[in-house]
Amino acid sequence: MTTLDQLLPGQRGEIVRIEGVDGIASRLREMGFIPGESVEYLRRAPLGDPVKCSIHGCRIAVRSGEAKRVLVQPIG
Amino acid sequence: MATASEEFKKPAPSSVLSNSRVALVGNPNTGKSTLFNALAGLNVRTGNYAGVTIEKKVGRCNLGSRTIDLVDLPGTYSLAPRSPDELVAVEVLTDDLENEPPVELIVCVVNASQLQRNLFLVSQLLELGKPTIIALNMIDAIESRGITIDVDKLSQQLGIEVIATSASKRRGILELKAAMERQLASDHLSVDRERTLPASFYQVCDEFREALIANACTGDSEDVDAALPDDYLIQRMLLDRGGESEKRVIHRLGGGVLPALSVARQKLATQVGDAIDMECNARYAWAKQKLTGVIGESGRASSQITDRLDAVLTHRVGGLICFVLVMFLIFQSIYAIAGWPMDAIDSATGWVTDGVTSVMAPGMLRSLITDGVIAGVGGVLIFLPQIALLFFFLALLEDCGYMARAAFLVDRVMTLFGLSGKSFLPMMSSFACAVPGVMATRVIENRRDRLATIMVAPLMSCSARLPVYLLLIGAFVPTTAYLGGWLSLPAIVLMSMYMVGVVTAIPVAWILKKTLLRGEVAPFVLELPEYKVPAIRVVFSRVWEASLAFVVRAGTLIFAASIVIWFAGYWPGDHTHQYELETQLESVDADTANAETLQSDLQVESARLLEGSLLGRVGHAIEPAVRPLGWDWKIGVGAIASFPAREVIIATLGTIYSLGGDADEEGLAGAMRASKHPDGSSVYTLPVALSIMVFFALCAQCVSTLLVIRRETNSWFWPILSFSYMTILAYLGALVTYQVGSRL
Repeated sequence: MTTLDQLLPGQRGEIVRIEGVDGIASRLREMGFIPGESVEYLRRAPLGDPVKCSIHGCRIAVRSGEAKRVLVQPIG
Repeated sequence: MATASEEFKKPAPSSVLSNSRVALVGNPNTGKSTLFNALAGLNVRTGNYAGVTIEKKVGRCNLGSRTIDLVDLPGTYSLAPRSPDELVAVEVLTDDLENEPPVELIVCVVNASQLQRNLFLVSQLLELGKPTIIALNMIDAIESRGITIDVDKLSQQLGIEVIATSASKRRGILELKAAMERQLASDHLSVDRERTLPASFYQVCDEFREALIANACTGDSEDVDAALPDDYLIQRMLLDRGGESEKRVIHRLGGGVLPALSVARQKLATQVGDAIDMECNARYAWAKQKLTGVIGESGRASSQITDRLDAVLTHRVGGLICFVLVMFLIFQSIYAIAGWPMDAIDSATGWVTDGVTSVMAPGMLRSLITDGVIAGVGGVLIFLPQIALLFFFLALLEDCGYMARAAFLVDRVMTLFGLSGKSFLPMMSSFACAVPGVMATRVIENRRDRLATIMVAPLMSCSARLPVYLLLIGAFVPTTAYLGGWLSLPAIVLMSMYMVGVVTAIPVAWILKKTLLRGEVAPFVLELPEYKVPAIRVVFSRVWEASLAFVVRAGTLIFAASIVIWFAGYWPGDHTHQYELETQLESVDADTANAETLQSDLQVESARLLEGSLLGRVGHAIEPAVRPLGWDWKIGVGAIASFPAREVIIATLGTIYSLGGDADEEGLAGAMRASKHPDGSSVYTLPVALSIMVFFALCAQCVSTLLVIRRETNSWFWPILSFSYMTILAYLGALVTYQVGSRL
């Protein structure tokens, strides 16, 4: 198991859980980061942060610090 | 309390008397604005909700048998209010706002290519117990990718009407209107509330509600039922710890509800675990279940065009180059394209002045009309083309999806100084006007980030500064061209002026985040929507709204200021000799020696009158303070008079120079170039022009902005801080510019 920011570009992972109960954790969950969902790591922004990923067929940018809170099981 | 509560639950006014109210809601990036535009056209009134500064946008829409008022609510992913901004949408939807008619129907705009995520919001809407219709928008985009959606089945599974639309292509609009008409005709003001979450949750809610009633009976509230918030708000109170619903209900019912709240939350935690976890899992499970068999999975879920474009536009090197290019192109275009309509407005102003001069005899009224009204308002209207262009580009970038990429690209830079990519949009909007920019900071969830952005947003060069820059650049910056005409010196200076504000904003925000607004870095979750061809109608309706607002502003505030300035420059003084000279001048042929003598006599007399006027006296009094900036008293007067709004300096200078009799065919720019110090040297040199520009780039000469900051922050501290720090920076900036510039 690893975290979203540790995946390689193009690699997918299945979300295990989101850490924390604050505003950002709620926002991530509302946007569809929920256990069992598959998320694809796409690329980093030119300056290294944030990272772009794809979930529910939608591109979302989150900061590395936030991506660290998304625990995933890499697929493939 | 009791009277206010009665207002909240006033029975719905008969639909015979007033238009039915329909609310348009949806996630961001669902084409909601386009749909709103397709339904209401330009028939839109904008204002503010009482007490908050959320823009209230109400459009009138004809459904055939009836006319409705369509309320456009801000785009949101969830009805879990975490800020006053998000709470407004909930209050409108639960008929919980004073003086707002109840919403009879909800139209939820759903992006067809992101059904599952969009259904999250739908599941919350269905808990409100109001008739709801889904507009399944951008259906063409998903069809073109070979994905089919069984609309009838979706409608059946959700138990509400679903209409497939493509707002940008005007597809499905008639069907949507017909569905709205059907719903409104059915006279069902409320429907059963959908219960998506576990039954134990609703049980805790009911118990909590009972506790609230019990508490209210012993408290000071007399009308229990009326004071009790909507069931949805009660649910949110339990779900969102420290959320806005909690604050709102506690504010209304008093702190006596806190023990009951804590008991209910504890019970909820033992039964279902973490509340938000439970809610999100349940709603996504619900969405998944409702979508079974609805989507034909033959095509790609997301567009390849977007992926390909992103590969370039968010590329490590290419992306940044494109970003700089896009920004430069905008500034260059504003400068290049706006030229001809400006000339046209300029000629029209001159033509009107000539017309008035030829039919009226010299006198106070003629002076008021030509020197006060026409010179003042005309000098502001001339900049309408640039403002329209700027709003055009802003709307274009936002609607095509690039604005979010810009936030993605620059987020890292913004974090270095304690802000986020989300501050980019409000800051970018502030280039048009700081008022919407400050209001747009409500997308920033974190209060400290938001305040820091509000503090620096007015440093972005707004459209009101543009006239000042353009006038001075046009008059004093040589039109040297580089790179075969692709790059001109005026464009470089213009861009530099914009950079002054940006560069200053960085340390200001940094200092604020280290002192007054210290704390953790705020979260950042940003959707990067699919690229699309911008909806021209939406772009133009934004340009139209902005231009109209500017003209109305020019027509009221600036008009009033023009008259006041004209009067201050006219009074006191005996103008009899001036009128005699004018009458004589108009009766003799031009180009004669006599005319030239009269002309110079008139200029001397006009200048004498102006210096003796109220304006002249004030200007002379402050001259020692502005002297180190390279300014003369006329510029000082302009800076003081422009406190209500920056663009007033143009009107002021216009009035001063035409009153002074300096104005010739070249207009204000020519008059300024011709302006001399008593010793014969030019008043305006390049360093002086730059010093004025830098002053206006940094100063807080805008009452509207300061008042919006007051409303947004609900305190006088922040607007006073803005004004003070910006004025000090502006003075220092102008001082350094002139002192360094004049020594080079």
